[in-house]
Amino acid sequence: MKNIIKGFFLLFFLITNNFADEDLNNKILKNLRCLVCQGQTVSDSNSDFAQIIKSVVDDKIQEGMTEKEIYNFLSDKYGDWILFNPPLKKSSYVLWFLPYALFAMGILFFFYLFKRTSIRKK
Amino acid sequence: MRKIHLLLICVFFSFIFIVFYLSLQNPKNYDTEDLIGKKITELELNLFGKDGTFNTKEISNYQFTLLNFWASWCAPCRKEHKNLIRLSKNKNLKIIGVNFKDNEDNARQFLQEMGNPFYILAEDSKGKKSVNFGVYGIPETILVNSELIILKKYIGPLNSKDVNEISKLIKK
Repeated sequence: MKNIIKGFFLLFFLITNNFADEDLNNKILKNLRCLVCQGQTVSDSNSDFAQIIKSVVDDKIQEGMTEKEIYNFLSDKYGDWILFNPPLKKSSYVLWFLPYALFAMGILFFFYLFKRTSIRKK
Repeated sequence: MRKIHLLLICVFFSFIFIVFYLSLQNPKNYDTEDLIGKKITELELNLFGKDGTFNTKEISNYQFTLLNFWASWCAPCRKEHKNLIRLSKNKNLKIIGVNFKDNEDNARQFLQEMGNPFYILAEDSKGKKSVNFGVYGIPETILVNSELIILKKYIGPLNSKDVNEISKLIKK
């Protein structure tokens, strides 16, 4: 009986572990750009390049590499262009902070309009 | 007040123009600029059609090395082959071929027909090892010095202009 329970837990562990790896695999592949395709992710593409990258990512996960380590490995070889979610660097400050700056500017503008109309009403 | 509105509109449109201008200036294709100056990955590749391996560390034994990724099924490789033959005549340059996802017999036939410019011929039958060199399609060629530093990477077939550039780089 004990062996059956142990076997069940082992099977459960293996299945859940496999699903976790698959989730991580999909997550990583969806954040990688297919360099030979037009705006497609590696996950969506069936090109030769995408097939190789899929296989390499799978190997790296099996080797125990973390998501970040895999991104670092690939961006080291192909540059940040391969990542759909580029890291925060000096060169990407504008990309990361421009939306926030525009949002703040929009709020200030509406605040200014609101203040002006309320002064006019008075 | 109208002047302020006009100024705001001008600032807004100038801003949009600058953002679009800068975005269009940015190349949206993969380039190899990031790789130049980096050290090549130390890796073992199986020798083509033989037992044994070639370690990229061995590149430090040669003054300059050209790593060429090719396959017999790749039409541009056929086009660039005569240029590799030309380059193989340089004494201070060793050409190491990496046969990429190819059929061994076809590769042999290709070399018999076109000549063999390779000092060492290795293979990457699954194409996975080439990822370590930032290869995303063939032919691709990497010029490396004895310190294993990447001097230049060529995507696509080598043309006469590239041959002249490589000849100049290895004479320095």
